[in-house]
Amino acid sequence: MIVRFWGTRGSLPTPGSATQRYGGNTSCVEVRSGEPGAMVVLDAGTGICAFGAQMSSSVSRIDILLSHLHMDHIIGLGFFAGLFRPGLEVHIWGPGSTVLPLRARLTRYLSPPLFPVRLRDLPCRLAVHDVPLGTFELPGLQVTAALVCHPGPTVGYRLDDGHSTLVYLSDHEPALGARRFPDLPRWTSGFDLAAKADALIHDAQYSDAEYEHHLGWGHSSIGQAVAFAVHAGVGQLVGFHHDPWHDDDTLDALYSEYADPRLRVTPAREGAVLAWSVNEAAARRDR
Amino acid sequence: MTADVEVILMKQVASYLAMPIFLVDLAGTLIFYNEPAEALLGRRFDETGEMPLEEWGTVFVPVDAEGAVLAPHQLPLAVALAERRPAHGRFSITAGDGRRHDLAVTAFPLIGQNARELGAVALFWEDDS
Repeated sequence: MIVRFWGTRGSLPTPGSATQRYGGNTSCVEVRSGEPGAMVVLDAGTGICAFGAQMSSSVSRIDILLSHLHMDHIIGLGFFAGLFRPGLEVHIWGPGSTVLPLRARLTRYLSPPLFPVRLRDLPCRLAVHDVPLGTFELPGLQVTAALVCHPGPTVGYRLDDGHSTLVYLSDHEPALGARRFPDLPRWTSGFDLAAKADALIHDAQYSDAEYEHHLGWGHSSIGQAVAFAVHAGVGQLVGFHHDPWHDDDTLDALYSEYADPRLRVTPAREGAVLAWSVNEAAARRDR
Repeated sequence: MTADVEVILMKQVASYLAMPIFLVDLAGTLIFYNEPAEALLGRRFDETGEMPLEEWGTVFVPVDAEGAVLAPHQLPLAVALAERRPAHGRFSITAGDGRRHDLAVTAFPLIGQNARELGAVALFWEDDS
């Protein structure tokens, strides 16, 4: 599995020299399983625009897995070049609400007056799916989706290519309301999804001090993300959904406080690539 | 196994509220009761742990106004779970400390995203009527 970060920022795009190293585009992560012609993209923030611009013409199928429909996670969707490529098979997966299917929810954004093009007028071969809660198959990947703690219907994803496992919990506040954190696995949102993953991409928007002023906003502190990752026994934590007010130097300073001997912790960086060889993943599972 | 997030959030809400609350899973197993419920029952959840319906439905000896013992399936929480509807009732229990409590109970099924049935919740009030 090869994972590339196209957008790492939370809430709001933050272009500029102060965010050049970690990036200012909002959530978008490319996942390649090795299946010829198929790619998976996690969320469609502004990062998906650059991803689409360089996408190979040999790609015949794209699966876009949306975690939820907050604007920073779908704002790039209408600008994704793949939607305008005739014949390209595009599958969009994400949570419906209790009253509306995903397609109807997306149409609220992808229709006038907010957007000039309607979903039904796109030239690609588009299919919109309410993501099933549980495990399903995509080309070269087994995907598990589960609802997680964040305002409004929000899912986390676990992707397994048979050799390595990636978990994506971009917007997640498992500590909300917990009398102790982390709690027992049964009472910890996202625990089963993340358990023993080779890499966990997890919400780490705030410092611990900032979190105290943002209870219930649906995000975690870096410290909570580390505690969650250690609890779930993951191999590597990639802090994600950086706060728009945290520039590169601030992120460096914050992450230097959270070095943990029990696992590798890094802030997600736009353009960075994660990759595991079959042997590396197997060695980790044997430990 | 991690509980569904709606159940986790329900437990967290219950842990902050001052009304006694029971939370059961789809099988009727009592998976959580909060501190006000602990005070009412005279037993802490950490001591009892999870209890199947047949146990929690009988251990506090619920009786109706005539003193007849209620079977577990007659309790509002079990009705809400089995019939997927709100249920209300009045009965008395004998708490772990031997005290009798007259209770009013409101129970409702817990239905999550995609209309998933997740369990049921009961709220208890000391019945002064």
